[in-house]
Amino acid sequence: MSSGASPVHSQNERQVKHETIESAIVRFAGDSGDGMQITGAQFTTTTGVAGNDLMTFPDFPAEIRAPVGTLGGVSGFQIHFSSRDIHTPGDLIDVLVAMNPAALKVNLKDLRPGGVLLVNTDAFDERNLSRVGYSSNPLEDPAVAEKYQLIRAPITKLTRTALEGLELQQNHMDRCKNFFALGVAYWLYQRDPETTTHWIKDKFKKNETFVEANLRALRAGYNFAEASELFTSRYEVRDAHFEPGLYRNINGATAIALGLIAGADRAGLELLYAGYPITPASDILHELSKHKNFGVKTFQAEDEIAAAGAAIGASYGGSLGVTASAGPGINLKLEAMNLAMITELPLVVINAQRAGPSTGLPTKTEQGDLLQSFFGRNGESPIPILASATPADSFDCSIEAVRLAVEFMTPVMYLSELFLIFGSEPWRVPSADSLPVIRHNQIQAGEDPAAFHTYARDEKTLARRWAIPGIPGFEHRVGGLEKDALSGAVSYDPDNHERMALTRQQKIENIANFIPEQSVYGEESGQLLILGWGGTHGAIRAAVEELKREGVSVSHAHLRYLNPFPRNLGEILKRFDTILIPELNLGQLSWLIRARFLREVVGLHKVKGRPFLVGEIKAKAMELLGRN
Amino acid sequence: MSATALTKKDFVNDQEVRWCPGCGDYAILAAIQKTMPELGVAREKIVFVSGIGCSSRFPYYMNTYGFHTIHGRAPTIATGLALARPDLSIWVITGDGDALSIGGNHLIHAMRRNVNIKVLLFNNQTYGLTKGQYSPTSHPGTISKSTPYGSVDQPFSATAVALGAGATFVARTYDKDARHMSDVFKRAHEHKGAAFVEILQNCVIFNDGVFEDIVGKDQRVDHMLHLQHGERLRFGKDNQKGLAITDFAAEVVDAASGRLDDVAVHREDLQNPGYAFLLSHLMQPEFPEPVGVFRSVEKPGYESAVIAQIEEQTARRGRGNLDALLRSGDTWQIH
Ligand SMILES: Cc1ncc(C[n+]2csc(CCOP(=O)(O)OP(=O)(O)O)c2C)c(N)n1
Ligand code: SF4
Repeated sequence: MSSGASPVHSQNERQVKHETIESAIVRFAGDSGDGMQITGAQFTTTTGVAGNDLMTFPDFPAEIRAPVGTLGGVSGFQIHFSSRDIHTPGDLIDVLVAMNPAALKVNLKDLRPGGVLLVNTDAFDERNLSRVGYSSNPLEDPAVAEKYQLIRAPITKLTRTALEGLELQQNHMDRCKNFFALGVAYWLYQRDPETTTHWIKDKFKKNETFVEANLRALRAGYNFAEASELFTSRYEVRDAHFEPGLYRNINGATAIALGLIAGADRAGLELLYAGYPITPASDILHELSKHKNFGVKTFQAEDEIAAAGAAIGASYGGSLGVTASAGPGINLKLEAMNLAMITELPLVVINAQRAGPSTGLPTKTEQGDLLQSFFGRNGESPIPILASATPADSFDCSIEAVRLAVEFMTPVMYLSELFLIFGSEPWRVPSADSLPVIRHNQIQAGEDPAAFHTYARDEKTLARRWAIPGIPGFEHRVGGLEKDALSGAVSYDPDNHERMALTRQQKIENIANFIPEQSVYGEESGQLLILGWGGTHGAIRAAVEELKREGVSVSHAHLRYLNPFPRNLGEILKRFDTILIPELNLGQLSWLIRARFLREVVGLHKVKGRPFLVGEIKAKAMELLGRN
Repeated sequence: MSATALTKKDFVNDQEVRWCPGCGDYAILAAIQKTMPELGVAREKIVFVSGIGCSSRFPYYMNTYGFHTIHGRAPTIATGLALARPDLSIWVITGDGDALSIGGNHLIHAMRRNVNIKVLLFNNQTYGLTKGQYSPTSHPGTISKSTPYGSVDQPFSATAVALGAGATFVARTYDKDARHMSDVFKRAHEHKGAAFVEILQNCVIFNDGVFEDIVGKDQRVDHMLHLQHGERLRFGKDNQKGLAITDFAAEVVDAASGRLDDVAVHREDLQNPGYAFLLSHLMQPEFPEPVGVFRSVEKPGYESAVIAQIEEQTARRGRGNLDALLRSGDTWQIH
C-alpha cells in the first residue's frame, strides 16, 4: 500500500484465512448516482495491472438519473478475473456489493450460495425498502444470512466519519462512499490501491479536498475490512499466464477508435469519422475526438443520414470515411450505404448493436441486426460483413474493416455489440509496424488518363480504381443510377444492369479468397459443433472448454466473416452430426446457414438484453449430446 | 492544365442532356458552363454534387468531377468532401423538393456551419422528376397530381430558409437571364463559406410559367426588384417606384415624386439578418420580388476551423505517434 493510503495493521489477533483461488466474479451495484461504474473501472485497472486475466460487463439503466433508490435506477458493474484464460464476465457472482435495497433486489439472484454479500446498511431504511417493495428488511431475514456471507457495513456513516474535518458538504462526502466499497474489495483481494490513488490525484487535481476525501474513503474501506471481524477470508488470485508483452485494459469502443486510427495510418489515408450521438456508439466518437493530432477529423453530424453522407463525401475525396451508430441510426444510414455500394466507394459502417427493435432496450445488448446487414438495403446489394468477438478483438476487426473497404472499394458493415463496446479485457499492445499494411488504389497524378475507365476493374480484387477529384484528365461522374460496366456513363441497358449486379455480387464473394479460412477449436469433426459469431464468442468458448475438461467432446467455430463466409465453412459443417448456433436473437445466423448450405441446425436463442451465461450453452450442448 | 485557357467547351461533355425540351435547366446549365472558365479554377478542382430530381442530373452534363447522390442528402456529402478536401471548389445542385423537403435538415445545417460549398437551388415550385406534385415552395391552392383540390400547406421562401439558418451568402436569380445568373454565380464563388443561390426555374411540363409574373419580359420591370449593394431599392419604369422600410415593414412608395429619401438603400453586408429576412418575404402581387444578392457577410468557415483545431492540437502535442497511442493508459509488462 503506498502514498497516502496505508492501512492500519491488524491490531487484533484474529485469524484471517488467506486463500488462493483461481477466479472470482465481483459485482458492484448501486444507484446510478452512486459511482458504481467508476468503482468497477478502478477495480478493473488494478486487477489488470496485478496480472490477472479479466473481463468486465457494465450494466446500467437507460435513464441518466432514474429516481434515487428505484429498481429502474440500479447500475451495476461486473468483473470476472482469473489466473487462467477467461472469456466471459462470468455467470454466478462471488461477491456482490449492494449499496441500497434496489441494488440488492435486482442482483441477489445472481449471487452464488455462500458468496459474500456486502451491503450498505445505512441505505436500508424503511423508505428505501418500501420503495422497491420490500415489506421487511431482507437483511434481517435469517435465510439470507444463512445462504450468504452477509457483511453489514454502515458505509455512509463510516465514510462521513472518515471525512470529518474536511470542508465538504454532506452530499459531497456521500459521493465518496463508492471508494469506501472499493477499499473493502481491495482488501478482500489483497490489491494494491496505488493505481487508484494515482487516478484520484489526477482526476481531482483541481480540488485538493476531493483528492483527500476520496483517498480517505478508500483507506477507510480498506481499514474497515482489516479491522472489523466481519471477514473470515482474504483471497489471492495469482497472475494469469500471459504471453510476454505490454498489456493494457481496453474496452470495445476504445479498441475500435484505435483500430480506425491504426487502419487509416496503415493505409496512408486521412480518417474522417462522422457520427450522431447514440448509445452505445457515442463512445467511439468521444474517443476519436480526442486524437486530433493524428489528423483525425471528427464530425458530429445533424443526424445519422448526414453522418453517413459526410463519410461518403470524405471517401469520394480520398479520405477514409467511417461512420457508426446503433439500431435506429443504422436504419437511417442504409440508403447512403447503398449509394456507396453502387458507386463502389470505401466506407466503414460500424453497427454497435443494442437490443431492439426500434429504440428497444437502449442500454442492453443483442445481436439482432445480422439479417438487416445482409438484406436491409433495396436491390441486390451485397457488402462484406464482419463481427468482432471480444472487446480487444475490436481493434483487429476495425483494421480489417478498413482493409476490406479500401482494397475492395466497398462499404463494409462491421457488427459490434453493446456488450463488446462497454466490456473490457486485457489487451496485448501490438507495435504499429506489426500491423497489416493496407493498399489503396487511388489514381496518382501523372497516370495516363486515356487508359482510365470509371468502372474498369482490377482482375484479382474486381475493385474499380479510386479516382479522386483534383487530378487532371480523370474528371468523371459517379452516382446512384446504374452505370455502364466500363465507361461509368449512366446506363439503363437491361443486360448491363444484370451484368453489373452480378459483378458486384462476384466482387464480394471473391473476398473469400482474401480472408483466412475458418478454424475450428477442438476436434475437426465429431458429434457437435457450436457455431457462433460476435460477442457470444466468450460464453461459447468457456462452455466448450469446460465441457472438454469434463471429458465431453464439443467443437467451436467462431465466425469473424459473415459475408462472404470463409471458403471452407461448408466443408466444416459437413463434418459434424449436429450444429448448434447460439445467438442473442431469434435465429438469424441459423437462417443464413440453412439457406446457404442447406444444412439443418439447432438454434439457441436469447433476447433478454443480456449475454449468454456459460451454463446456458453447456446445458444445451449436453442436451443435444443426450447427456442429461 | 492552365485554368485561364479554359473555355465553355471544356465544361461540356459527350453525354446527351435529357431534360424536356424547353426546360429552364438548359439555360442554367449553359450559364454555369459559361461561368466556370471565368472563375480561374482548374477544371479538375471543380466538383458538382447533387441530390435527386430533374435538376440533380446536372453533374452528368458537366465535364468536371461529379457525384449524383441521394434525395436531399447532397449537402451532407458535400460537407464531408469539403472537410476532406478544402482545396476543391464544391457546387451543390438541388431542387426545391430535394433541398427544402427531404433535405431541409441538411440544408440548414450546412448553412449554419458555413461550410465552403455553393448551393444552387433550382426552384420550379414542383417535383419534376416524380411527375408534378406540389412542393414546399408552391403557393397555397396549387393544383397538382397530389393536390387535385388545391394544396393547403403554407410554402417556404427558399431564401428565407437559408437566411434563417444563418447563411452568410444568399442570392436569387432566374433562368431567363444568363448574364444575371453568371454574375450571381461568380459572387457565390468568391464568397468564403456557404453560399446559397435560389434560381427561379421554369418547368415547362408541370408548372409552366409559374414565375412568368415576375420574370416575364413585360412583367420584370414592375414585378422584379434588382438588389444592388449601396443603391436604393427602386423598380418600375424609369425606377419610379421604391421600397421604404419603416417599423420592420416594407412599403411601396413613389420614388419619383418626393419620397426618394424614404427609399431604403440596399446593404448586403449587415450582420443582423433581419433586413435580408424582410426582403426574402416580399412577394407578388403586393411587392416586387427581389433578385440579386440579399446578404453577403464574412464569418469563420467550418472546414478551416476544423483544420485549424487539428493544427493547433498537433502543434501543442506533436504529430500523433501510433505506438505511443496504442501504449497509452495504464499498462503493465509481462515478462
Ligand atoms: C428517398 C427518396 N424519396 C423519394 C424519391 C423520389 N423523388 C425523386 S425526385 C423527387 C422530387 C424532386 O423534386 P425537386 O427537388 O423539386 O426537383 P426537380 O425534379 O423538380 O428538379 C422525389 C420525391 C427518391 N428518389 N428518394
Ligand atoms: S419535368 Fe420539368 S423540371 Fe423536369 S426536365 Fe421536364 S421541364 Fe425540366
